[in-house]
Amino acid sequence: MTATIEPEVGKSRRRKEDERLITGRTRWTDNITLPGMLHMAVLRSPFAHAKIVSIDTSAAKNAPGVVAVFTATDLDPDSSIGMPCAWPITPDMKAPRRPVLAADQVNFAGEGVAVVVARSSAEAHDALEEIDVEYDELPVILDMEAAIADGAPLVHEDQGSNTSAVWKFDSAEAGTGSNVEDAISSSEIVVKRRFRQQRLIPAFMEPRACVVDPTGAQTTMWSATQVPHILRVMAALTLGIPEHKLRVIAPDVGGGFGGKIGVLPEEMMSLLVAQKLGKPVKWNESRSETMLAAHHGRDQIQDITISANADGTVTGLKVELLANLGAYNGLVGTGVPILGAFMFNAIYKFPAYHFACTNVYTTTTLTDAYRGAGRPEATFAIERIMDELADELGMDPLELREKNWIKHEEFPFTTVCGLTYDSGNYEAATEKAKQLFDYDGLRAEQERRRASKDKVQLGLGISTFTEMCGLAPSRVLGSLDYGAGGWEHAAIRMLPTGKVEVITGASAHGQGHETAWSQIVADQLGVAFEDIEVIHGDTQSSHKGMDTYGSRSLVVGGIAVVKAAEKVVAKAKPIAAHLLECAEEDLEFAGGKFTVKGTDTSTTMGDVALAVFAAHNLPDGVEPSLDSDATFDPENFSYPHGTHLCAAEVDTETGRVKLRSYVCVDDVGVAVNPLIVEGQVHGGLAQGIAQALFEGTVHDESGTLTTGTFADYLLPSAVDLPSFTTDRTETPSTTNPLGAKGVGEAGTIASTPAVVNAVIDAVRQFGVNDIEMPLTPMRVWHAIRYGTTDAGGPGNEAGGGLGSIDATGGAL
Amino acid sequence: MRITVTVDGTNYTDEVEPRTLLVHYLRERIGKVGTVVGCDTSNCGACTVHLDGHSVKSCSVLAVQADGSEVTTVEGLSRDGQLHPVQKAFHENHALQCGFCTPGMIMQSIDLLADNPDPDEQAVREGLEGNLCRCTGYQNIVRAVRDAAQHMSPGAGPDAERITETKHVGVGGD
Repeated sequence: MTATIEPEVGKSRRRKEDERLITGRTRWTDNITLPGMLHMAVLRSPFAHAKIVSIDTSAAKNAPGVVAVFTATDLDPDSSIGMPCAWPITPDMKAPRRPVLAADQVNFAGEGVAVVVARSSAEAHDALEEIDVEYDELPVILDMEAAIADGAPLVHEDQGSNTSAVWKFDSAEAGTGSNVEDAISSSEIVVKRRFRQQRLIPAFMEPRACVVDPTGAQTTMWSATQVPHILRVMAALTLGIPEHKLRVIAPDVGGGFGGKIGVLPEEMMSLLVAQKLGKPVKWNESRSETMLAAHHGRDQIQDITISANADGTVTGLKVELLANLGAYNGLVGTGVPILGAFMFNAIYKFPAYHFACTNVYTTTTLTDAYRGAGRPEATFAIERIMDELADELGMDPLELREKNWIKHEEFPFTTVCGLTYDSGNYEAATEKAKQLFDYDGLRAEQERRRASKDKVQLGLGISTFTEMCGLAPSRVLGSLDYGAGGWEHAAIRMLPTGKVEVITGASAHGQGHETAWSQIVADQLGVAFEDIEVIHGDTQSSHKGMDTYGSRSLVVGGIAVVKAAEKVVAKAKPIAAHLLECAEEDLEFAGGKFTVKGTDTSTTMGDVALAVFAAHNLPDGVEPSLDSDATFDPENFSYPHGTHLCAAEVDTETGRVKLRSYVCVDDVGVAVNPLIVEGQVHGGLAQGIAQALFEGTVHDESGTLTTGTFADYLLPSAVDLPSFTTDRTETPSTTNPLGAKGVGEAGTIASTPAVVNAVIDAVRQFGVNDIEMPLTPMRVWHAIRYGTTDAGGPGNEAGGGLGSIDATGGAL
Repeated sequence: MRITVTVDGTNYTDEVEPRTLLVHYLRERIGKVGTVVGCDTSNCGACTVHLDGHSVKSCSVLAVQADGSEVTTVEGLSRDGQLHPVQKAFHENHALQCGFCTPGMIMQSIDLLADNPDPDEQAVREGLEGNLCRCTGYQNIVRAVRDAAQHMSPGAGPDAERITETKHVGVGGD
């Protein structure tokens, strides 16, 4: 009677989201226009560090169209509002207040000092020019090592130091391994390197924006945010708005990559201004403002020491980091290095590990989560040092990895960093990648090019990676002093006609939740894919959640959806039995139908929903509802992994790097939608490759960001990237019922070291064993020409032109 | 200044400030919010529309320069309820994620195909150089444009946007 229903999970479904996006009917925050709406613009400090002597707003107040002008004292007379930090990583971590608007002092170029509210955005921006601010400049602090040296000028005088906090993990103390100093002193080979994680800009395509409407019973706020639920809580805690009086909506959001995790001063300004004026207010930033004042990512100096035996067996790893926080603590930026701390062993097993991180304040834009958040930094360091170790040992870098990685049969495996990896098969992914890449053939070609002294040399780069994905386990996050849990919520509403609304707390910004969640629910309830609507991004309809970051949506939020669906079936079953006049135990549920075992008597989920709606004939004591909700908090992270191989051609006369091929085999567990997985990998690769070759902020010596537009900050375009060969192996996660592992950050994490390893492999013959990222032609050429391994050298064309100064890395 | 512009087949006559950019006119005056603003330096291409049949970045064209012209936005592409072949190809090939760059990408891709009806991969990449995407890594966009080319041969698909024969070298083109 019924055809076998093909499972939806595993299908490359085209996305439900696309229709509105390809026809221009998307609801971006900036599209929202309300009657009587005013526009807010922010005056930003041109100085990186200065006392504010005076602000004269009188001319601006009289400018055409201006309704109001606010400074810090107008907006926050009691100086009581400070932007939130959710991650006090140590009990003594410094907590300098970040005011909504700077009152007495600015601490980075771009910090807001006043706001203008006018009838139009153009008038608001015009009036900014009329505000006269007198500044008294203070010393600029850009270099992390200089910042923590004795006698250094301080970003925040009252904090007494530019060291925010020092956080350590030691395997001997934690009981996960032995003492690293013993390992280093007793090993046959020790390799030390300093790596630099340059500062990056997330550069989501939709600039930040928010609209606040204070005119209803609830204040409604639309924001281009990744975290509407967290934003509501934080706004309530920060501004004292009763939480139930605030509704936050993240409509369609044009990308985030961690860059829209922050709870923003501008969002708080908009709320305050709108409430003071009693009118709707829109704030819409320019790209230049985004580059300057939305948070940045990465920015670490990594001192890495690895020890090994002569046969290549790694014996210990010591990591000392300096992490640049910028001028203030971000929402979670203080903890980003800690997320990395647990990933430094990567896919390897070794007996001793020590990690120490110093978080440093400088007079720069604050840093916070950026795609991968801590894990790309860690993966880069371990994958680079493994190549350096292989070189010292005269081993093939792939062979060194194979010697040290966790074998398939050794899972679950507790690492020296203290995580328990549930499943993985590094052998299978690597073998598949090698075949697709033609590893042996390319090695042979490399030899030929070296022998013939070809001006274009070939390098092969390897990155075998894993990550902790699905940022969730609330108890683990609590043990790390993170201020919130990591659970996720879902609800399912069975509509009378058998259609389904799925409500998820994981608010999407391009990841395709509407499609993937529909696939999951279609299988769980036996309802057609098209009959399911997924609702997210509104604290009123999607009433509970932790939002989307850290590749957590599917492996936490998706599982909450499964759990909610299971509850729907459980609620429907006694009702179905009642309707079919049989015992509940005699029913089986499959493909959307409750069938009396051994018969063809059945009723559908839709029939039950209609019967519940009518409620004329329900079992005694049963509520007339199939609606269900669930909250899922996993016991463990998930651990996707993969092998990425890159072939780079380096023109030794110009330093130009061309990626000839890029192959990756990722294992993300069960792929709910392989098409979406592939797309996420592609995008991740582009971002990781961009870190290796193109992107990096540059400040001049006054602290001005000279890479403050898309004309200066080199976001790769289509011509800058190759086509990728992507494939998968599938080792299901054992810690969730879908077997999924998460994919959002994998490409970014794995690709940066793969590309850099490839370039170094091509030029190592010239005595080069490090080039600072991004590997611009000038830097590569300089390294070839001078065999240099440090950052000293001529100018960097990636940034502000010849002779520019990298704020955080010294002279380029 | 008074301008008369045809946008997606409808005539509009409006008073605009001389400094008003075409993109702001489209979005704020006539509600064509399908065209978006991604940067302030004409680098990202998110605001790409067609002016008299050729792609322009509408953030680098003044509204007054469009006086007397025909503008097509992403909202004006579908005909008789059918998607343009390029729109369809973007969907079929998963050539978008967050979708913010997508209107501009689609408009630029249509112009690219008008110039070169059967581009190879490199030609597509070069043709899209002025449009930035942060989500897709471009691979599926390239695939979509080449796929669309196969469906835009004469007679295929719904009325593909008619492109004028002589290349318009005009205001603000990229």
